[in-house]
Amino acid sequence: MELNVAGKTINLTDDGYLADLSQWDKDVALAIAKEEEVALTDAHFKVIEWVQNQFKKGEALSVRGIKGSGVIDIKEFYALFPGGPLKKATRIAGIPKPKSCI
Amino acid sequence: MKNLLILGAGTAGTMMANHLRHKMSKNDWNITIVDQYKTHYYQPGFLFLPFDTYTEDQVRKDKKKFIPKGVNYIQKKIEKIIHTENKVVLEDETLNYDILIVATGAKIAPEQVDGMNGPNWHKNVFDFYTFEGSLALRNYLREFKGGKMVVHFTEMPIKCPVAPLEFVFLADSYFRKKGMRDKVELTYVTPLGGAFTKPKATAALSYLLKEKNIKVVTDFAIESVDNDNNQILDYEGREVPYDVLVTVPTNMGDDLIKRSGMGDDLNFVPTNHFTLQSEVAKNIFVIGDASNVPASKAGSVAHFQAETLTDNILLYIDGKPLKEEFDGHANCFIETGNGKGLLIDFNYKQEPVEGKFPFPVVGPMSLLKETRLNHFGKMAFKWIYWNMLLKGIAIPFVSRNMSKLGKKLN
Ligand SMILES: Cc1cc2nc3c(=O)[nH]c(=O)nc-3n(C[C@H](O)[C@H](O)[C@H](O)COP(=O)(O)OP(=O)(O)OC[C@H]3O[C@@H](n4cnc5c(N)ncnc54)[C@H](O)[C@@H]3O)c2cc1C
Repeated sequence: MELNVAGKTINLTDDGYLADLSQWDKDVALAIAKEEEVALTDAHFKVIEWVQNQFKKGEALSVRGIKGSGVIDIKEFYALFPGGPLKKATRIAGIPKPKSCI
Repeated sequence: MKNLLILGAGTAGTMMANHLRHKMSKNDWNITIVDQYKTHYYQPGFLFLPFDTYTEDQVRKDKKKFIPKGVNYIQKKIEKIIHTENKVVLEDETLNYDILIVATGAKIAPEQVDGMNGPNWHKNVFDFYTFEGSLALRNYLREFKGGKMVVHFTEMPIKCPVAPLEFVFLADSYFRKKGMRDKVELTYVTPLGGAFTKPKATAALSYLLKEKNIKVVTDFAIESVDNDNNQILDYEGREVPYDVLVTVPTNMGDDLIKRSGMGDDLNFVPTNHFTLQSEVAKNIFVIGDASNVPASKAGSVAHFQAETLTDNILLYIDGKPLKEEFDGHANCFIETGNGKGLLIDFNYKQEPVEGKFPFPVVGPMSLLKETRLNHFGKMAFKWIYWNMLLKGIAIPFVSRNMSKLGKKLN
């Protein structure tokens, strides 16, 4: 799958997540957020940055883990990305969907 | 004499002791392995104990039986690793090392969720990731007259990530055989977007849940276990009521990793994905569930890692560059109930797909497909574990790196 943003072609996986984080930028985030019906604010971008850093450090991502983020608490996380915050936040941040092995 | 020290005599540590004692000079190297417990449990057997498929004695043996001659076994609690001084502090002595292998595994941490190990823990709220939990659940199920059974896991990563799904499949089968399936409502609750999360597996296997009449609740990030009303709650305020809850709590590395300042948020040790050298110090290596590598936490993975790690320790001693070899290879049998099973073979990059294993066309095993033979494979794994895996014996025709042969890739 592909996504066109500001004249660039972004590669997506079969489940619609970015195939390569290096293709991510703010425009890409805004385009995906629109599909997810999330209007991005500074608060969203703070969370996105934290999520990306966790991913780069190889840390597991979970809703519970947000508690230790120092960025927001879990209730705020749900308020920013209603209905599946982890799924939405990771997709907008350009990192893989949290998965199991099958 | 130099000292190689292995922390943890579980699946991975025991394998390393066996590999290395054969390969390292007895004149130059002492090998010592430390573990707090006397008993080695076959953890994959904890899936079967609740259903009376295995007995207690089939899943436990003396740890010492599997430690080779020429390896010093110390049964003590490990307090701390001081990696800046090449020392490990035990409850009442301190050991020096030249090379350290961390193989302290992962364990459940039910205290991470409010109420989980509350007043009903092991009464109608069970884990099956410990011997005690699995046994308590068996005794409960023997008397169970029916009601709502909820099977749940808290968050990734967990050991053997398919185990909760296997549990719910086996439960369906168990209640059917007892002639009481119509009295039990089965619900599977996952924090992920679906019971299956990989495209190929979702396409091939989603029928299983429908066929077995298992309800699925997705995206459920548990906030608490409500012991007064027998229900679990998530952060959105959703409630799932149960009569019996079978849960997999958060899995974490041992506290010793935290005390040593060597872990991430879940006490897993940052480790090079391909060489298995820790990112903490060059003379520290990590194998099995204790590391943060994005491979499945499984005995089969530890087995493939052990082959690469053995080579790398010998290269390290010779001052040569390490092999960037480990590819995340996992090979797991998955029970689907009614005497059938699946087999998956995958790595960091390749998701599980259909095909034949280990030989193209002839198999005899089928990948990502329910067969009786795969169920026998799972049953045979117990024998292979005790008699081959722990002793560091290679499995015929199955190489450390994943083979693409026989797989339907596109
Ligand atoms: C229910 C269940 C089903 C599973 N099914 C499968 C399957 O079908 N196939 C498969 O391949 N894998 C399966 N697994 C996973 C497999 O059992 C583990 O991945 C494997 O045992 C990991 O080995 P390890 O050596 O890393 O950790 P472990 O075998 O857990 O060993 C860690 C050891 O370190 C010791 N230790 C830790 N901290 C300390 C301390 N502070 N002081 C002293 N000693 C310490 C512990 O006592 C323990 O003996 C399953 C696991 C579970 C729970």
